[in-house]
Amino acid sequence: MHYQPAQKAGSMERLEARPISAARVGRPLYEKRRKIFPKRAEGRFRRFKWLVMLVTLSIYYLTPWIRWDRSAHAPDQAVLVDLAARRFYFFFIEIWPQEFFFVAGLLVMAGFGLFLVTSAVGRAWCGYACPQTVWVDLFLVVERFIEGDRLARMRLDAGSWTFDKVCKRFAKHAIWLVIGVATGGAWIFYFADAPTLMKSFVALEAEPVAYMTVATLTATTYLFGGLMREQVCTYMCPWPRIQAAMLDENSLVVTYNDWRGERRTRHAKRAAALGEVVGDCVDCNACVAVCPMGIDIRDGQQLECITCALCIDACDGVMDKLGRERGLISYATLSDYSANMALATNNGAIPIDPRRVRDGNGVFVEGIRDFDWRIIFRRRVILYFGIWALVGLGMLYALVSRDRLELNVLHDRNPQYVVESDGSVRNGYVLKLLNMIPEPRRITLSLDGMPSARVRIAGQAPGDGQSFSVAVDPDKVTSFKIFVTLPKESLVEAQSGFSFRAEDPSSHERDVYRTKFIQPGTAK
Amino acid sequence: MADKHKHVDDISGVETTGHEWDGIRELNNPIPRWWVYTFYATIVWAIGHAIAYPSWPLLTESTKGLLGYSSRAVVTAELANAKAAQAGNAERIASSPIEDIMADPELKQFAISAGASAFKVNCAPCHGSGAAGGKGFPNLNDNDWLWGGNPKEIYQTIAHGIRYDGDEETRVSEMPAFADMLTPDEMRATAAYVLSLTATPSNPALVELGKQLFADNCASCHGADAKGSREVGAPNLADAIWLKGEGEQAITDQMRSPKHGVMPGWVNRVGDPVVKDLAIFVHSLGGGE
Repeated sequence: MHYQPAQKAGSMERLEARPISAARVGRPLYEKRRKIFPKRAEGRFRRFKWLVMLVTLSIYYLTPWIRWDRSAHAPDQAVLVDLAARRFYFFFIEIWPQEFFFVAGLLVMAGFGLFLVTSAVGRAWCGYACPQTVWVDLFLVVERFIEGDRLARMRLDAGSWTFDKVCKRFAKHAIWLVIGVATGGAWIFYFADAPTLMKSFVALEAEPVAYMTVATLTATTYLFGGLMREQVCTYMCPWPRIQAAMLDENSLVVTYNDWRGERRTRHAKRAAALGEVVGDCVDCNACVAVCPMGIDIRDGQQLECITCALCIDACDGVMDKLGRERGLISYATLSDYSANMALATNNGAIPIDPRRVRDGNGVFVEGIRDFDWRIIFRRRVILYFGIWALVGLGMLYALVSRDRLELNVLHDRNPQYVVESDGSVRNGYVLKLLNMIPEPRRITLSLDGMPSARVRIAGQAPGDGQSFSVAVDPDKVTSFKIFVTLPKESLVEAQSGFSFRAEDPSSHERDVYRTKFIQPGTAK
Repeated sequence: MADKHKHVDDISGVETTGHEWDGIRELNNPIPRWWVYTFYATIVWAIGHAIAYPSWPLLTESTKGLLGYSSRAVVTAELANAKAAQAGNAERIASSPIEDIMADPELKQFAISAGASAFKVNCAPCHGSGAAGGKGFPNLNDNDWLWGGNPKEIYQTIAHGIRYDGDEETRVSEMPAFADMLTPDEMRATAAYVLSLTATPSNPALVELGKQLFADNCASCHGADAKGSREVGAPNLADAIWLKGEGEQAITDQMRSPKHGVMPGWVNRVGDPVVKDLAIFVHSLGGGE
């Protein structure tokens, strides 16, 4: 890219900025990347983006450090994915592996959430909340701090490798790598006790997998946020392609309102003096200069646009200076835009004539359509919200009504039954009691449906009862080998099976497992 | 090279490969650079791997590689680690009497696990993988014991075997063949009596004679009440379990020409600690006393 000095354009400084998307027709299939040097933008969307960045980065970096008391039998980290023990902790929720459908449900909600956001407000995810966007923003802050804003960066890039350039580049990449390490570092704290891991990590005593994870995420953060940037969105990410299919004429997209902007000219006064009709756009290229994707929004809606709205901020600033209404570039729907365009071109009969959209006093005419927020509440948005909320409510119900005590019974497979000396028949079972709360409990186990049967725990003296009480460990599966013996004369009782019942006498929480009693002649 | 036939696509300005299908030509675009570099990286990696690890096959073996890696050595090390991890419990089992092992829940559980795996290797061929036995091979799950069902007695049986020539301490007993001592009718009557203890014989009229014959010929070993004797390994005939088969015919056959099972002694094959493991495992199957 050749840097050229800025030219004066009326009262506005014209920036030399060539969008990467220019000359769309006949573009080669393979093209070397053209460097993008986004200029710093200022305005309401930029402020909102700073806020979103602060919130999302805070959530990411700080969450593992939140403590949450769960008694002595479970970790006190609020959010923890304990892969070794196969537990997932989220504040007051603890998930066992068989409850993984909660995570699947969250992913379904995330998916529908993206659909919902996209159909309501367009590619807001891309423009504001996507980690790629947030981290690129963060990396750009560093880049600007060290190398200066757009022009300085372009000069530095084009210049020869002086000592100053080496120092600046080294500092920039070093800080990027530090951010990368911090990013990868924060990730591993979600999988182990954060303070403990921090100590062992710094002391080089942590598991190799911790260092490998940090190294991998450092590399991807540095590569994606520092070096690849907009290429990730344009070439790697599937979401823009999916969204392209989800947008319709009522979707909010960042729009260049050429019905009031064209004919654009850098010499508005001279053109006016010559009696030519010109639009609001002074062709200052501010919108192109601030674009992190390096495109020219005036070419129309395009795949690369992540709707970060920085061009709106840039253009609004220019319009303010020129004393014209904001919104030459704005969030607009295609239907509003088309209506205004039809007005400006007399339904396409003539080229854009800005005089058709303003009255004599320079005020927009009645027929100009502005964004109407009610368009958000259209059918598909409500449908997506309905599905999203339904999944959420379903999960909430499942969460509130789920059992924290579960009984699983495995019948012995070999031998299926044992005939005792006195002709009675014995069956063996392995009972697995899942105590899913981090407190030790005493559970009463009993037999249901075979009144003559006697049950005993293997290795203990034969009991004569039908029930017994066992201690179960907190937050663990406790297994027992059980023998059930049915006297010879009562074998008929076993015909229709029976149940094991586990009950916590204090909370009356219970689980029942129906199983079989196998005897000679019924074995399979 | 057929340079003179080089064909350049008009629209893209890219040279084609010269291949044509129905007028469609394949552009000779370069492979993406990241792909090429990845390809080069794999070649470098392969060379490094071939130097570092065993790779090139020679006549009898392969090159060793600079790192000296061998999957066999890894397995050996893993086995040694596993052994080392068990060492504490294994030593305690070797040095403790079986009663002490039974009294220590942790050690007992360790012995049961060790015994279960030793059982599958050494005992399952005769007793079955579930220890349920079969005709002539006792079921070890039930509570009917020929030679005693407490851990010590089970240990004795496993260690020295039954009717096993290779061990002087082996358990020995032999049921005489009654073919020479009783007539077939008398044997049938005796069988009818034995069966009558737990079921209804085919000819109840024979039971009275059988009872007398039993007292004269069988009670010395099997006991006057026919409940057997563990001293001599005489089975209990008044219960539901029939090692040599159920019914009058099976009883008669066994009386006429008895079959005697042989179990080898194991203490010299697997060593004392493993026999302890096995005894405790068998005891844990549910019939232990």
